Amino acid sequence: MPDAPPPIKATKKMKELMAGHFLGLDQAAREGRPKVAWCTSVGPAELLHAMGFAVYYPENHGALLGATRMATEVIPTANAAGYSPDICSYLTADVGAFLKGVTPLTQAYGIATVPKADVLVFNTNQCRDVEDWFAFYARHWNVPIVGVRSHRGLGEVKSHHVADVVAQFKDLIPTLERVSGNKFDLDRLRETVRLSKECTLRWRRVLELASRTPSPMTFFDHTIHMAPAVVLRGLPEAVEYYDLLLAEMDQRIADGVAAVPGERHRLYWEGMPVWGRLRMLSDLLSEAKAAVVASTYCNSWIFDAFDERDPFESMARAYLELFIVRDDEYKERYIHQWVERFGVKGVIFHDAKTCPNNSNNRYAMPQRLARNLGLSTLVLNGDLNDLRLFSDEQAKTNLEAFVEQMEELAA
Amino acid sequence: MKLAAGIDIGAAATKAAVLDPSGRLLGGAVLRTGVDFALAGARALDEALAQAGARPEELTAVFACGYGRKNLPLASETRTEIAAHAAAAYHFFPRALTVIDIGGQDNKIIKVNAQGQRLDFKMNRKCAAGTGAFLEEMALRLDLPLESMDSLARQAEDEARLGAFCTVFTATEVLGKIREGAPLSALVKGLFRSVIKRVLEMDSIEGAVVMTGGVVAHNPYLVEMMAQELGREVLTPPQPQLAGAIGVALIALRSHEPAR
Ligand code: SF4
Repeated sequence: MPDAPPPIKATKKMKELMAGHFLGLDQAAREGRPKVAWCTSVGPAELLHAMGFAVYYPENHGALLGATRMATEVIPTANAAGYSPDICSYLTADVGAFLKGVTPLTQAYGIATVPKADVLVFNTNQCRDVEDWFAFYARHWNVPIVGVRSHRGLGEVKSHHVADVVAQFKDLIPTLERVSGNKFDLDRLRETVRLSKECTLRWRRVLELASRTPSPMTFFDHTIHMAPAVVLRGLPEAVEYYDLLLAEMDQRIADGVAAVPGERHRLYWEGMPVWGRLRMLSDLLSEAKAAVVASTYCNSWIFDAFDERDPFESMARAYLELFIVRDDEYKERYIHQWVERFGVKGVIFHDAKTCPNNSNNRYAMPQRLARNLGLSTLVLNGDLNDLRLFSDEQAKTNLEAFVEQMEELAA
Repeated sequence: MKLAAGIDIGAAATKAAVLDPSGRLLGGAVLRTGVDFALAGARALDEALAQAGARPEELTAVFACGYGRKNLPLASETRTEIAAHAAAAYHFFPRALTVIDIGGQDNKIIKVNAQGQRLDFKMNRKCAAGTGAFLEEMALRLDLPLESMDSLARQAEDEARLGAFCTVFTATEVLGKIREGAPLSALVKGLFRSVIKRVLEMDSIEGAVVMTGGVVAHNPYLVEMMAQELGREVLTPPQPQLAGAIGVALIALRSHEPAR
C-alpha cells in the first residue's frame, strides 16, 4: 500500500490560533473586558466583532464535545433535565456538560469553564434549536438574548427577504451597544465584512483544491482546518492562516501528494460529520481508496455575498444564501454542480438522528440524485454527537459495501 | 479438483460452503458463531469440506463475509455480506433482482441489474425490529420453541394485528392480545406480518424478488406470506441460509479464474 501522506504542517499554527482564541475568551470572561458575545455558527459575527465583542461559538464547543467523545457521557444529564434525546445533540451535549460542570477546554487549554456570555446572539437560518439552546443560558445567567428569525426553505433569495434580515440586524444594535458600551461604527463593520470576505475567498480555494485528482485533502481534513473560518472569520488571523495552508497544499499538488494514497473513488459527504468517529471513518474510506473530496458541511462557511461596500445587505444575503436555508430544488442543483466539478460518483448522506436540518435524505433526495444524475448514494444512520445512535459495525459494513458497489459498477 | 470456499460469519450463525469450479455446491455447514469467530469459521469450513469429501489442499481460495469477516485468518480476502448475497441470488436467478435477506441481527435489501451488478442496497437501522432476533425474542416471550413458529403461523385461521415498530412495544401489544384471548397461531402470524412490514418499509421492490438468510430457511411460510403481500412470486435459492457463504465462494472462484 502506498504511504500515507505526511501530516499537514499548518496544523501546528491552527492549534496555536485556537488556543489563543479560547484563552482570549477565558480572559475576557474573567476580566469582564471585552464583553463576550455568544454567536451561532452562521450568525452575524461580523457585526459582533465590529462592536468590539470577543465572539464565542457554542457549536464549535459542541463539536469539541463530540470529537473528544465527552458528548455521549454528558448528553444523558441534559436528557434528564428535560432536553429530549431527539433534539440537537450539540445542544444536549453542551447543556449536559454545563450542568455537570465539565468542558473539553480544561483538558485542551486548562480552562475551567466556557466563557460566560454577556449577550447571546442567534440566527435561526440553520434551525430553531439554536434559539432554545441560547435561551437556556440567557435564563441561567440572566443576560440578554437577541437574534434574527430567518426565512427558511428558500428557492431564490429575494430582496424582501434581504430587507427583512437587514432590518433585524439593525434591531440588534441598541442591545449590542448597551452591552458592549461601544457605539456602532459603520466603518468598523465594513472592515470586518471585508476580512470575512477575504477569509471566505481563501477557504473556498482550499475546498476547491480537492477537485484535483488525486485530491490533496479530504473532507476529514477539511473538518479540522475549517476551524479558523468558523471561529475567526472577521479577524485577520483567519486570512493569514489560509494563506499558510494554501501554500502548503499548492506544494502538495506540485509534489503529487494524495490525501488518500492510490485514490480510486471520489465521494461527496452530505450532512453533519460524526464527530466522535472521524478517525474511524477516515481510515476506513482511505483503506478502501475512497476520497471524500467535497461536502455540504464544510462548504457552509463559504459566504460569497460579503461586500464591504454594502455591509448590512451583503451580510443578510450571505446568511440567507446558505445551503441549509434553501429548498430541496436548490440543494439538488447545488450538489449536482459540486459533484460534476469534483468528479464525484457517489454521495454519502449522513442521516443524523438529532439534526433534521442537516439530514437531507429524509425527503427522497438520494433516490432523486441516483435517478437523475446516475450517482450511487448511501444513507448512513448515525448522529453528529450522540454515539448511542451510531453503530460502528453497521457503518463499516455499509461503507465497505458502498465502495464495493462502486467498484463493481466501474468495472 | 480446484475448489473454492466461502465462510459467512454472522452474529448468530457461521456458515461455510465449498464449491466446485462450476459453482456447484459440494458441501455446506451451519454452526452457532459463539464468541470465537476464527474457531467458528475453521470448524464450519472443516464440516463443509467433510461433507464435500474434499481436502483443504484442494481449495484454491477461501473468502469470508459477514459480521466477523475480518477476524478469520484462514480467509485470504473478505467481501461484505451484501456483495455475497447479491452474488448468490444472481447465480441462481440471473436477471434483474431485488434480494431480501433476513438475518439474525440485520436485514438487507439489495438491488441487482440484469448484468448482476449491484445498483443499490439498504440495511436496517440499528434497531432489531423485523430481524431474526425479533422473532427469537418473541418466541421466548411466548414460551414457544423457535422451530414451531412456522407451522403455527401456517395453521392460523386468524391474524393478530400488531402495529408497533419497536420490539419492546410489540411485546406489550402481544401481551394485550393474549389478554383478549387471541390464539397463539394468530399471534405468530401477526409477528410474521410484522417482519414483512419492517422489511418492506426499507426500500422499494423492483424486478424478481429473491429471499435469502436463516430466517427464511427456517420459516418458509414467511416466503409465502411475502409473495401474497407483494402479489408476485418470491424465489428462494436452495439452502437460503448458505446464500452468503455460497455468494462469497462464487466471488472467490471468479477472482481466481485465469484471465481470458
Ligand atoms: S443545525 Fe442541527 S446540529 Fe446545528 S445547531 Fe441546529 S439542530 Fe444542532
